[in-house]
Amino acid sequence: MNAPAGRLAGWGGVSVVGTERRGPLRRTAAAASLTRGLGRSYGDASLPPADHPVAAGSVGNDAMLAFDEASGVLRAEAGLTLDDLTRVFLPRGWFSPVAPGTRYVTLGGMVASDIHGKNHHVAGTIGRHVESLRMLLPSGEEREVSRSTEPRLFAATLGGMGLTGHILEVALKLEPVESPWIWREEHQVPDLDALLDGLERSTAWPQTVAWIDTLATGRHFGRGVLMRGRWARRDEAPLLAPQPIVGPSVPFELPGFLLNNLTMRAFNELYYRKQIVPMRAGVVNPYGWFWPLDAIQHWSRAYGRAGFTQHQAVFPRAAGRQAVRTFCEKLVAWGGTGFLAVVKDCGEEGEGMLSFPEPGTSLALDLPIRPGIQELIDRLNRLVLDFGGRIYLTKDAYTRRDDFERMEARRLDAFRALRQEIDPDRRVRTRLGDRLIDPVGA
Amino acid sequence: MRVLVVGGTRGMGRAVARRYAERGASVALVGRDADALLRAAQDLDVRGAAEVATVVLDLNDVDAHGRALDEAWVKLGGVDVLVVTAASFGTQAELEADRARMLALLQLDFVATIALCEEARVRLLAAGGGTLVVFSSVAGDRGRKTVGLYGAAKAGLGHYLEALDAGYRSAGLVTIDVRPGFIHTDMTAGLPAPPFAGLPDEVAARVLDAVERRQPRVYAPGIWALVMLVIRWLPRFVLRRVGF
Repeated sequence: MNAPAGRLAGWGGVSVVGTERRGPLRRTAAAASLTRGLGRSYGDASLPPADHPVAAGSVGNDAMLAFDEASGVLRAEAGLTLDDLTRVFLPRGWFSPVAPGTRYVTLGGMVASDIHGKNHHVAGTIGRHVESLRMLLPSGEEREVSRSTEPRLFAATLGGMGLTGHILEVALKLEPVESPWIWREEHQVPDLDALLDGLERSTAWPQTVAWIDTLATGRHFGRGVLMRGRWARRDEAPLLAPQPIVGPSVPFELPGFLLNNLTMRAFNELYYRKQIVPMRAGVVNPYGWFWPLDAIQHWSRAYGRAGFTQHQAVFPRAAGRQAVRTFCEKLVAWGGTGFLAVVKDCGEEGEGMLSFPEPGTSLALDLPIRPGIQELIDRLNRLVLDFGGRIYLTKDAYTRRDDFERMEARRLDAFRALRQEIDPDRRVRTRLGDRLIDPVGA
Repeated sequence: MRVLVVGGTRGMGRAVARRYAERGASVALVGRDADALLRAAQDLDVRGAAEVATVVLDLNDVDAHGRALDEAWVKLGGVDVLVVTAASFGTQAELEADRARMLALLQLDFVATIALCEEARVRLLAAGGGTLVVFSSVAGDRGRKTVGLYGAAKAGLGHYLEALDAGYRSAGLVTIDVRPGFIHTDMTAGLPAPPFAGLPDEVAARVLDAVERRQPRVYAPGIWALVMLVIRWLPRFVLRRVGF
C-alpha cells in the first residue's frame, strides 16, 4: 500500500516513519536496518525501527543470472518478482514450485516468509526448493548459504523474516509443468464438516484450498467453496499461453463506513453463489487460479484509511477439527468477521527454524482495523495457544511478545541463539523483530 | 527481430529490452558502464533473447555515436528497432541552483540525444527503413514550473521527433515519441509520486504495442494520454491557479 511521503507501510496500510533506499542492493543494504521487497507482508515485518528508520529496497535488483534447463534451477537477484518470473518462465513450461496468494512478491520476500501455497500438502514451503542463497550478513561479509555449507544459517533464514541478514540472490528449483493452464474443480460445500472432509479427501490433488463464509450462521455455519486443481494436461490445454489478468484498480482508500456487516454479507453471499451449479470443473487461467485478488490492483484500499490486518493460524492435526470449529464460532461471536476466510490443510513442517506451516489446518482471515482490534487478536491468540497452534508472522501486526513466545516455545531459542551469534550488535532489525523476536537491550 | 537499446541497463530501457528478449529477439545494449552492460546482457540471455550484444558508449561523447551504432549494427547483423531511453533528470530548483548541471542536462537530453537520432536516421534509412523509438516526457507537453528546464529539453526533442516522422515515414523510417508519465525508476526515486504513477514494465508493454502499430506518439501508461489531453487544453491562468 502506498504510504504518505516519509513513511513506509506494510500491505495492511499501517505506516511508520521511514525511508526506502533504492539502487544496487549491496550498496543500500550495508547502511540499512533491513531489506524489504514489495512490502506485501501485512504488518510490520518490512518496517524499520524508529531509531534507525532506513530500509533498503530490493526492487529493481531483479536480474536473472542463470537458468539450467536440465535441473530447472534459476539463480536470480532477490528483488525479482514472482510476476516477472511467471511471465518469463510459464510460457516455457516452468513455474515457481510454490506460489503464495499474490504474484507481487519478491524472491527474497518469499524466502524470508518461507511462503506456502495451495500445494503445501505435497510441495511444502518454498524453502524446500531453495538450493542456495547469496547473503550479505549483518557483519558485512558476503556469503553463499546453502543447506550443506551453512545448515543453521540457511534454516534460520527460511522464514526468518529477514532478520538473519540481507538476501541478495536466490537459487530456486523451478517446477516443470505439462501445460501453462490449470484444470480445476470448485464445489459448494454446505457446512464446516463437509468443507474439512472435502479438503481431507482431496489430498491426491496437487493443489487445494477452501474459502469459508464466516458470516453464515445456523445450519449454514462454515459453508464455503472447496477448490482443487492441477496443471492441465497438454491435450486439455488451449493452444495459446495464458495472459495475466489485470483488472480495475481501487484508485483511493474507500471510506470506512462502506465496509460493514451488510456489505460483507452481500460480498460473501455473491462469492458463495457465484457459481449457480454446486460443482463446476474445467480449464482456467493460472493467473486467476493462483492470484484472484491481484486482478484488482490496490485492493487493500477497499479497507479504507484505517487499513486492515490478517490473522492466520495453523492448528495441529492432533487438535482436530474441533479447533477450527471453535475458532470459527468464537470469531463470529466476537464480531471478527470479514471478507475471505481461507482454509488450507498443511503438510510436513519445513526446515525453516520459524517456518509457519505444520501438519494440520491453517485458517486465514482479513480483519479491518477498528477500535478493539488488539483485544480481538489477543483473544484469537489465546485460542491458538489453547489448541497448540501458531501464527504466521508475515500476516501479523498485533500479536504480543509473551503470546508468541509461548506459541514458539519449542523453536524460538534456537533462532535467538543463532541471531546472537551472527548479529550480536543487532545491525539487522525490523519492527516485527523488535516486537516479537529480540528487542534491543533484551 | 533485432533491437538496439540505448540506456537498456536500467529503468524503462531495461524493461523494454527485457520484453523484446522474452519474445526471442536479438538485443544489443548500448550504455556507459561495461560491467552493468554485461550483467544486463546475462539477464536478457536467461530471459530468452536469441542473441545479446553490448556496446560501450557515453551518450555525451557525440563523436563516438556513429562508431557505436556501427559496432551494434555489425554485431546484430542489422537493426529493426532502435530505442533511445538514456536521459538525465533534474528538478527546476536543482538546475537553477547549479549552472553546470543545467548545461549538462540540456546537452544530454537535447543535443546529444538528437545527435544520436541523426546517426540512427542515416543508418536506418540506408538499410531501407526501421523504427526509431525515443523517450521524451509528458513534462514536454506544457511549461511547468517545477520541471521547466527538463521539460524544455524534452519539448524540443518531441518537436524534432514529430518532424522526423513527418519527413521520413514514407521512406520507411517510423519514428515513435514515447511520453511516459511519472514512472517509478531510479531516476525518480525520492520524488513525491503523483496519482497515476506507473511502473517501467507498463511502459514497456505499451512501447512494444506502439512499435507493432506504428503509432507516432504514445503516452504511457495509457491513462496519461487522457491526463495530458486535459492538461494541454487548460488555460494558463488555471494552471497557475492550481500550482502546476
